[in-house]
Amino acid sequence: MSDCHAPSVLIRSEITREKMSLIALAGQPNVGKSTLFNLFTGLNQHVGNWPGKTVERREGNFAIDGRQIGLVDLPGTYSLTANSPEEVIARDFILRERPDIVVAVVNTASLERSLYLVAELVTLPVPLIVALNMMDVAEQEGIHVESKVLEAALGVPVVPMSATCTTGIGNLLQVISETLDRHHVSCPRQPEVRADHRAALGEILRHITGCVPEPYPTEWVALKLLEGDAEITRTMQSILPMEKWGAVSSLLRQHDDALLAVASGRYEWIERMVRAAVIQPKRGQVSWTNQIDLWATHPIGGLAILAGILGLVFWLTFTIGSPIQDWLDTWAVGGLSKLASQLLANSPFWLKGSIVDGVLGGAGAVLTFLPIMIIFFAAFGLLEDTGYMARAAYVMDNLMHLMGLHGKSFLPLFLGFGCNVPAIMGTRVIDSKPARFLTILIAPLVPCSARMAVVAFLAPAFFGPKALLVSWLLVLLSMIILVLSGTLLNKIIFKGQRSAFIMEMPLYHLPNARTISLLVWQRSLSFVKKAGTNILAMALAVWALSVLPGGNFNDSYLVKFGKWIEPVGRWMGLDWRLTVALIASFPAKENAIATLGVIFGSNPSAGLAQKLTSTYSTASALSFLVATMLFIPCTATVAAIRQETNSWAWTLLNLGLLLAITIAISSGVYHLALGLGL
Amino acid sequence: MMISKQISLADLLINERAILLYFSNGRAETNRLASLGFTPGAEIGMMQNYGHGPLIVTVRGARVAIGRGEAGKIFVERSAQ
Repeated sequence: MSDCHAPSVLIRSEITREKMSLIALAGQPNVGKSTLFNLFTGLNQHVGNWPGKTVERREGNFAIDGRQIGLVDLPGTYSLTANSPEEVIARDFILRERPDIVVAVVNTASLERSLYLVAELVTLPVPLIVALNMMDVAEQEGIHVESKVLEAALGVPVVPMSATCTTGIGNLLQVISETLDRHHVSCPRQPEVRADHRAALGEILRHITGCVPEPYPTEWVALKLLEGDAEITRTMQSILPMEKWGAVSSLLRQHDDALLAVASGRYEWIERMVRAAVIQPKRGQVSWTNQIDLWATHPIGGLAILAGILGLVFWLTFTIGSPIQDWLDTWAVGGLSKLASQLLANSPFWLKGSIVDGVLGGAGAVLTFLPIMIIFFAAFGLLEDTGYMARAAYVMDNLMHLMGLHGKSFLPLFLGFGCNVPAIMGTRVIDSKPARFLTILIAPLVPCSARMAVVAFLAPAFFGPKALLVSWLLVLLSMIILVLSGTLLNKIIFKGQRSAFIMEMPLYHLPNARTISLLVWQRSLSFVKKAGTNILAMALAVWALSVLPGGNFNDSYLVKFGKWIEPVGRWMGLDWRLTVALIASFPAKENAIATLGVIFGSNPSAGLAQKLTSTYSTASALSFLVATMLFIPCTATVAAIRQETNSWAWTLLNLGLLLAITIAISSGVYHLALGLGL
Repeated sequence: MMISKQISLADLLINERAILLYFSNGRAETNRLASLGFTPGAEIGMMQNYGHGPLIVTVRGARVAIGRGEAGKIFVERSAQ
């Protein structure tokens, strides 16, 4: 031991372990882990981020016979090799926190593949329980699993269950309880490396024994070195004395194909485990999933179905969401503003202004967005939970290739039509970092519902019966610019590198109302919290700029700034008023209309449209609409970009890019329109 | 006759089955493929291959969508029907 460097210091979690037992839920994606987590914890859960990572951390608690248990939902991962932050989080949590039990959730309908993670988990020093989830889906596909046979083979408790149908849950709780009382002593059978690499593994083990830092088990580290795990390799390189590392690394170079040998060893182990336990469906039996996929993943039929579903989501949003939004805006926000104005009639102007225009204006914007967000979250939760989302990504893959992206980037971009904030947050589903950052960069070019609201107000005023056509062309223009910037950025910044498209297509299954409603609740809450505080602060700031220093809008800093920057606006055919309106749309896009209302001294509902049409040429109006579509996104989106990229440099690059696009395209459109005599 | 029956996965036709021989994708991609069940000797079934765009295959009881480029670097041997 003396010739090894000191092991690194451990980080302990915030969870106090004195009274509470700690259980971790592990599992691959699409095994129904979240449904099980929700079933156990209900609303007793907390969603946050893993420290320093943009990976969602969900923890909660529940009780079995009065015994309090803390439950941590580990990120869904296919393996425990350091390929992604999720995988590092999952294994570090198990190794460092040493939960009392790890419940490995597996999908019975694709048991072999699901057990791959279990083959990794059995080598870790924690008691393991295998939850054989989705028994119902498996039966429906004609797959039958004998859980007792599997249990005997694995050497750890195996509990058949279905989180969606809530069957087998009592049994699982009982096994958890018994395991906590040490009634089950698990002695799992361990997978072995394929024969041609066993000697090398033994050699590595001999070199590193005595030098492996806590909390890593020595055999596990040897295996990870053989697999070429980047993180473990780095750690051991810094800890091992020079000559030992030299010996280990030359062994690793000779066995650089060992990764597949290790994986093959695990699958050989799995085949032995399931051989006696699984009865496969007869060949030729056509399952539900196959029948639906015949259409849903067809190159043309699939696109038509996707277009239909997305159209339905939009239709729902606008027929249900928009009226509620209007109602909230007029009655709730409008009413409160009126009430506040009356109550504060005799108070100083700054107090009245900051509350009525700042706080209520800002909070109102968030509130009126909520119905649309909820409908979007619910629709997407539903599509995700049934397994359709993977099909949508699949059929869009070809088109996304144009930008060097793949199908998975389509879904967050589509979310952007509702609001850019969930679009930016939704990029978490993309597993490669360049693809994720590229998607974030172009996501603000998707016209959100607030931008469309501005267009919906101004287009009829300027274009009368042609308003619908103009709106449609504006959306089309945004999409073309999105694809063009994506393609160019991919070539320039990301040097044309394209991440691999490898994605599981889960079996279709009935959605779970509980899972979806909890998802909607959590996402809405986090939207209100994050976007709410931000919009509020920005609304107050813009209000302050619009009244300071003299309390008069026309002498305010905002107007002075607008006049100062007017030369830039001129390129786009915008005078200082339209420029100020554009800048004021930064806190929330609808502010553009409200600001024009203030400048022209009239209410948006009464006469503003007429005043605008008599003041501006069609070319200027068109340019302003284009600028509204492309301009830097609202503050909430900027905050989301900052949060998800975890970098101000990227955020500023993103804003600079959008600003440049806006000025270039709007100027172009303005001069083109002038040339056409508009 | 000693004709090599080795083809790329992208050339496997719909409803055909094959045994995976080897693949030559990068390290991270190999890791992802291996954890999803793509290991030498695994049986692969082609669910969807329209000659362009991504493919859908079954491997070890699960469906996996894979880009044509990635599939082109995976080599298989067609199984007798």
